[in-house]
Amino acid sequence: MTTANETVAPPGPPRPAAPKEKASMTPGTNVPALTARNLSIYFGSNHVLKAVSLDVPARAVTAIIGPSGCGKSTFLRALNRMHELVPTARMEGEIRLFGEDIYSQQVEPVVVRRRVGMVFQKSNPFPTMSIAENVTVGLRLNGMRNRATLTERLEESLVMAALWDEVKDRLDAPAISLSGGQQQRLCIARALAVRPEVLLMDEPASALDPLATAKIEDLILELKKDYTIVIVTHNMQQAARISDYTAFFYLGELIEYGSTSRIFTNPTKKQTEDYVTGRFG
Amino acid sequence: MRPTNHRWRKFKNVLMQVITCVCALLVIAPLGLIFYHLLKSGLGSVNWAFFTELPKPVGESGGGMANAIVGTFELLALAACLGVPVGVLGGIYLAEYGSLHLNWWIRFGADVLNGVPSIIWGMVVWVLIVVPMKGFSAWAGGIVLGMMMIPLVMRTTEEVLLLVPNGYREAALALGIAQWRAVLQIVVRTALKGIVTGVLLALARVAGETAPLLFTAFGNQFWNRNLSDPIAAVPLQIFKYAVSPYEDWHRQAWAGALVLLLLIAVVNVSVRVLTRDRFAQRS
Repeated sequence: MTTANETVAPPGPPRPAAPKEKASMTPGTNVPALTARNLSIYFGSNHVLKAVSLDVPARAVTAIIGPSGCGKSTFLRALNRMHELVPTARMEGEIRLFGEDIYSQQVEPVVVRRRVGMVFQKSNPFPTMSIAENVTVGLRLNGMRNRATLTERLEESLVMAALWDEVKDRLDAPAISLSGGQQQRLCIARALAVRPEVLLMDEPASALDPLATAKIEDLILELKKDYTIVIVTHNMQQAARISDYTAFFYLGELIEYGSTSRIFTNPTKKQTEDYVTGRFG
Repeated sequence: MRPTNHRWRKFKNVLMQVITCVCALLVIAPLGLIFYHLLKSGLGSVNWAFFTELPKPVGESGGGMANAIVGTFELLALAACLGVPVGVLGGIYLAEYGSLHLNWWIRFGADVLNGVPSIIWGMVVWVLIVVPMKGFSAWAGGIVLGMMMIPLVMRTTEEVLLLVPNGYREAALALGIAQWRAVLQIVVRTALKGIVTGVLLALARVAGETAPLLFTAFGNQFWNRNLSDPIAAVPLQIFKYAVSPYEDWHRQAWAGALVLLLLIAVVNVSVRVLTRDRFAQRS
């Protein structure tokens, strides 16, 4: 039993103003940001995700939890077609981004990824580029030439990623001279610079110390005002602290999905209860 | 505790360290020997005239290898025009695109080509270029050296590209950057130093080739005015002088060998300095 109907009408303000050119397809407030229907993913003969149906509400944080190998990362990567980088990958079912089928024949993966950004577990700023170049690289390599716009987006993205005050005096310094936590916020700024509608985060703080983790968590809560965020995490306290909705995956299946407070205090499934109370996983 | 046993172990450890150290030194010993002999026999004949004058006929002392030095650079430039783009793009294909099966065959082919004796390259290009053009030419010399560079450049390019962590590719693609741009401007840029090093090594390797040039560039006692004519090259000139019976020419051959080695060293060092990592001092 999947629980798409639990998630209708998320609280909060209407969804953010999408980039202007996409205004025509901006739907009303009740349309979920992402809708997965009967999503199955195979790598070769390995069936890693089994008929998952789930709605990700806009302008909220949705956490995906579950033990290792349960398909959380695969699900996340399917949301911006990153799983297709594995040559043997195959998917069934449907994913819609604000109502639009992102796997339809006419849609290029590149366009999907511009609208659905991603932050990885291991911070990966480009080592040959400065801090500023790293932030604007997504724009520049997509053909943006206008210097004024680039400068504006540079500051805007770094401010949003809560990194501006720390780096504004050394924007031309190499990105790899930053600390681990700063590098991860730089990667968030880099993802934000192309103004995606959804931000996917794959354990963004798992390699960071507690202080840097706290900064990333504060940042996620701040970003939620403008962005739809889906975060995979191994840290259940983190899921409880920052997410509005939580999905529990186990062995490739979506076991339970609902508001975070309910999943953590009153789960309906035995497996969910066992996992969130730390009895396995 | 048996202290004797312990002492025996320590002895074996020291013994092995000495043996490995001697072997490591043996690896660089030939380099020292080459330099020593070239300096001893060649330095006396390296003077201003050597770089500015044409070879003198037998019996006349003096003269130089100006035409051969310029000829070597011309041949290397022609070779690079063919070998660098094909080799680098081929390496990018192997590392970033391609299918498992096809890649295996291409790699296998490249490795076989790397082992083909250079004189056979010369014969092949002689049949393909020299015979139809009805004459030896700089073109044929450049093409044979370029063809020899391709498998070398391709394999080193592939290897350094595979060293670039996958996280950078994923990060680039997740920004909605098209794959070819991600490859060229992020992956290749990250590996650029390694690619340049591979190209340099390939150039240095073919710069010293003599056998394939015998059938193609042929050599020339005078300046080459037209790329369709035979052209002089330092290794060819060394070969010609070394097998001659004249003392004068032997000295010139030693000088040529020294100059060839220095040229390769200078090119190597200067390009390395030019392509030094922007952020090298800090990281």
